[in-house]
Amino acid sequence: MTTPVMTSAAAAGLIGCHSCDLLVKAPGEQHAELSCPRCGATLHRRKPNSLARTWAFVIAAFICYIPANLMPMTVITSLGNVQSDTIMSGVIYFLQHGEWPIGLVILIASIVVPLTKLFILIYLLISVQRKSQWRPAERTRLYRVTEAIGRWSMTDIYVVTILVALVHLGNLATIEAGTGAIFFGAVVVLTIIAAMTFDPREIWDNTESTA
Amino acid sequence: MSTENLIACHECDLLQRLPEHQGSYVARCPRCNALLHRGVENSIDRTLAFTLAGVILFVVANSFPFLAFKLQGQETQATLISGVLDLYNSGKWEIAALVLLTTIAVPLFELLILLYIFIPLKFNRVPWKMAAVFRIAQNLSPWSMMEVFLIGIIVAVVKLVGMATIVPGLALWSFAFLILVLAAAAANLDSQVVWERVEYPR
Repeated sequence: MTTPVMTSAAAAGLIGCHSCDLLVKAPGEQHAELSCPRCGATLHRRKPNSLARTWAFVIAAFICYIPANLMPMTVITSLGNVQSDTIMSGVIYFLQHGEWPIGLVILIASIVVPLTKLFILIYLLISVQRKSQWRPAERTRLYRVTEAIGRWSMTDIYVVTILVALVHLGNLATIEAGTGAIFFGAVVVLTIIAAMTFDPREIWDNTESTA
Repeated sequence: MSTENLIACHECDLLQRLPEHQGSYVARCPRCNALLHRGVENSIDRTLAFTLAGVILFVVANSFPFLAFKLQGQETQATLISGVLDLYNSGKWEIAALVLLTTIAVPLFELLILLYIFIPLKFNRVPWKMAAVFRIAQNLSPWSMMEVFLIGIIVAVVKLVGMATIVPGLALWSFAFLILVLAAAAANLDSQVVWERVEYPR
């Protein structure tokens, strides 16, 4: 067990280096660029502009999520027939053909995970902006969830990559990646960056100022 | 107040004193339960062992096809690099770049950085620019996604299995072991053994 000093580093005039954990005395000036004497990382009391940046990435991810769902992920050419599949039409195809485990994996990775992540981030952003003091430990845990699940959305991008790599038999059967896949890749990257730019310490700052 | 042994939580900024510890331990923040520090016994030896195994598996995983697809006498084989090239050639360079980075470039770069740092540390030397190089590895690691790629392989196999004959290749098993070894290398890396060796003005 660690021994809590019962104050935040910021309140004690210290900054913890996010890279090597060294504690550094914060200078009086707010705007001076400060770097860690040990590892050279730029030091910040809180991630700079975290609310505005996270909002920007969340909104950008939502915008990309629309074409990601409307445009095809894969285009299959088989004996002259051309068939385009979106994320949702792929899921429905598997559910209808009794392959529900695969349908479920795609549904969770491509629809449930990105949307859950975006809605949790929006909730956290609003709760910080409204200076909520409600259950900071649970909200921090929610943040940890968004950080952990984001990468699993890449599943469908990899599935498309493998299909494209394996199935190129000319007229017999060929699979190509659709434009939707580009937008979906953008959604995954944007939501991962959005989680990185959010600073969960802001959740706790609100509980301390009035304590 | 001395800052010796003090640490600020990454997730709630609570200031706390790390306990004196020997051997392997995990320190968590008492307020928000964030992982503060993972101490590992023999971290240098263990990390180095898993990293060396990782490099070998990485070479095998990328040298052989991981799946083959047979339909009416025709056969195609896929390696990671051929998948990236096919995407690139069909004009989807954005996805090609994303796959290249997350499954080939970042994992390889991470393994090489760990070798660069931990081989000299093993022999009590400090490599040139160690702090800066180690920070690059820390920043890269969220973008290494080989374990997600393995799930992608499983989904793709189930998708294609009704359509044609799918043959697992040698690289498939290397992938599976590589993922385990990468996870073991990360779990046995005690970052403080690196930071403790950095000289800095106090």
